[in-house]
This record gives sequence, structure tokens and C-alpha cells, in this order.
Amino acid sequence: MAQVQEARKPEDMLASDDFPPQSQINDEIAAIHAERQREVEAGAKIDLPTLYDFKPYRSSILRHPTKNPRLVDPESIELWSPAYGQRDVSEIEADLTLQHRGEPMGERITVTGRVLDGWGRPVTNQLVEVWQANAAGRYIHQRDQHPAPLDPNFTGAGRTITDDQGWYKFTTIKPGPYPWKNHINAWRPAHIHFSLFGSKFTQRLVTQCYFPGDPLFALDPIYQSIPEQRDRDRLVATYDHDLTVPEFSMGYRWDIVLTGKHATWFETEEDH
Amino acid sequence: MIIEKQLPVGDTYLRGTPGQTIGPFFKFGLEYDDGPYIVPPHTPGSLFLRGNVYDGAGYAIPDALVEIFGADTDGTIPQTRGSLHRDGHAFTGWGRSATNDEGKYFFWTREPGATDEGRAPFFAVMLFARGLPHKLHTRIYLPDDEAALAADPLLSSLSPSERATLIATRDEDGSLRHDLWMQGEKETVFFAY
Repeated sequence: MAQVQEARKPEDMLASDDFPPQSQINDEIAAIHAERQREVEAGAKIDLPTLYDFKPYRSSILRHPTKNPRLVDPESIELWSPAYGQRDVSEIEADLTLQHRGEPMGERITVTGRVLDGWGRPVTNQLVEVWQANAAGRYIHQRDQHPAPLDPNFTGAGRTITDDQGWYKFTTIKPGPYPWKNHINAWRPAHIHFSLFGSKFTQRLVTQCYFPGDPLFALDPIYQSIPEQRDRDRLVATYDHDLTVPEFSMGYRWDIVLTGKHATWFETEEDH
Repeated sequence: MIIEKQLPVGDTYLRGTPGQTIGPFFKFGLEYDDGPYIVPPHTPGSLFLRGNVYDGAGYAIPDALVEIFGADTDGTIPQTRGSLHRDGHAFTGWGRSATNDEGKYFFWTREPGATDEGRAPFFAVMLFARGLPHKLHTRIYLPDDEAALAADPLLSSLSPSERATLIATRDEDGSLRHDLWMQGEKETVFFAY
């Protein structure tokens, strides 16, 4: 059995042990996706879109549960969420371009959308948090040693509270692609990390929002940890020219559905 | 993705947005000073809960995020605002603790009461980490009321070793200790709903 070990230095854990070439990662991804395709064609009903066990994402090897999560009936505390209100977050926290004295470098964008539950009902007055790299693909986090410039006018973290129709909106700059050490020449597609609360604790979600047409999608073992294309598509924002502000910012739309469940068996008719 | 194009017709249930790993650099976005301090430390009725998060090789994980949501001591579910700006009085029941370089998380909170008839009291727990592709749900049960634990239908459905992964240890000073294991002999029982 595994004995308790002192924590390794975070800096030492960023590179994978075998550091394979991209071609090997691609082959591993293709094999796992083909396996899922066979299962789906054989009629398997799989509700969880993301694979916990996904070796191409090397740091998951020792950090994913080896047993399937146990399907349980939620108890009361899990059917509620912590409470938030409009005044818990100030409006300016949703604008990542206004946090410093000057304007950040990069392409100014807005990302807006609705947070819904599985029945299409808005998730209202709930907390949405985001964090991202700057336009050069550098995170402000001290352990990001990617030799791209930090931007003194950009931190890259924001939050907001959904309104009474479930809408959120962030103003920011488009993040750059980001190199990491999962394998040789590994680059993450540009993404914004999202943390969301639903109307139930079971709906809590952390995910990533991507931008359409990114050439790195097929090469990225994190994006590809979702084996079905229809699910991967859900993480890609839509360019919406009606949200683009003339001579100011490019507009993206991204809606989020928080179901928080593998199956619908416990939801009663009244819950609809 | 614009969802309106596929809003439910009749009793259609929308497919959920997939989760993704929290990644290595979440602390500057999610961590805040008051996160673990659901109540002020060392105040009457306060409870210290802490533990480690371990990977499959037994290494503590220094880039995990643990969140708890617990009932008040009388079993009331907190619906008080103020988790982001603690005023030292309002009890919101929810807290967030990023593991430190030794893989430790901690909370100052209150003992949760049972919320459901015939069920043992517990904290609802969420776990995220770099390397973990999607969120995990688990629970931390209070160890003290053995009769309530024995009568709990969920705990009774587990093997003794699985059950042990969900029940905290009470230290002599009254605090609680509970480790979370991603893999291995002590792999924590995680839940789906």
C-alpha cells in the first residue's frame, strides 16, 4: 500500500516523467476515444462527459479515482447551495481590464451567457469566478515560469453574480495559448477557467471555456479528456457579432448547463 | 456554445456542460484570505477540521482545492450570504481551502447537525486538483455518535474499509482530522448523484 510521503515540490511536478512526443499523445487519445465510440455504439448510456482515467493527461495518472463514483441519493445539504447576492461582488470585478492603472495588452473581448439547470431554468444569484493567462499566454501565478512577458496591467482573475435570468458577463482580453510540460512541445489552446455554483451543491462545476477554431484542440490532452465531440463542442464559445461593440471589443457567447447528476432518477415531476 | 437552440422540448433534460481540471494556477483566481474561516478561530462553538490530500503514490498534493458546505449545529441549512466577505458573525456554512505546500487543507467551522431523519451528520465536500480531470464529491461524517453512524443507510451500505474513508477522527483537543486519498488502499469513497 502507498505510504504517506512528504509532498513533492510543486515545481518538480510540472513535467511528466516520460515526457513523450506529441505523436504518442495523439495515438493514446485516439485509442481511448475509439474505445468510447465502441461503447456508445454498443448502446452504453454514459452520462459523465469527462473521463477521470485519462493517461494522455499525465498528471492524472496518480490523481484520479480508480473506482466509479458511487451513485447516491443527495441529502438536504447537497440540495442547497451557499447563498450569494448581487452586492457580494462589486460590478467592477467582472471587468478584468479595469483592475490596474493602465489598459492591458491584447484583444479586448466580452464573454457573456446564461447559466441554466438541466431543465433550462436560469441559475440566479450565484457566483461565477474566472481566471486566465494574459494575451502572451502567461499566468500571473508565481509558479508559471513560461518566459512570456507579464502584463503589469493584467491580473487575470474576476468574478460576478448571475442576474435574475441567469446571465453573466465578463470583459477581459483574449488569453494566449500556453506551453506546459505534459509532453514535448505541449501547448494548451487559449482558455478561460470558469468556476460555477448551481442552485444545488451537487451542481458545482469547474471547467474551461475555449475559443472557436483553435488549431490546438486536437493536440490537447485536457480538452480531449472529454471523449465525445458533442460534449467537447459545449466548451467552445460562439463568436456573436451582435455582442461585438464597434471599435471596442469582440463578443463571445457561452452558455453553461449545470446538471450535477449522472442520472435523472431522483428528480420528481414537481421539480420540473 | 449557445444553448437556446437546444432548450428542452417536453421532458427533455439538457446534457450538462462537461467539467475540466482546475489546473495548476487556480490559487490567484479562487483563493481568498477568509476562505477557510467559516467562523473566527478559537471562538466558542468553533471546530477545527483539517487533513491532507494524497495521490496514489502517497505523496501529499500541494495544488488541490477543498470546499465544504455544512449545516449549522442545530441542523439548519445556512442560507445566509457573506461567504466572500466574512463579518465574523454570519454563518454561511461554506468554505474553501487550497492545500498548502505540504498538501494540507483546514477549516474553522461549526459541528454540523443532522439534516435528515435517521441520517448521521456530515460535511458535504468537493475536491478539485491539478491532474484531476473533473470535480469529486464526498462527505466527511462526524465520528462521535456511533448509533447514528450505525443506523445511517448510506454508511451501512459500505464495506468497513470504504466506510472508514468517510468518517473523521476526533483529536483530544476536540478538533477533527480527515485525509482524502485519490487512489490506493484508502481511496476515498466519492459520490455521484
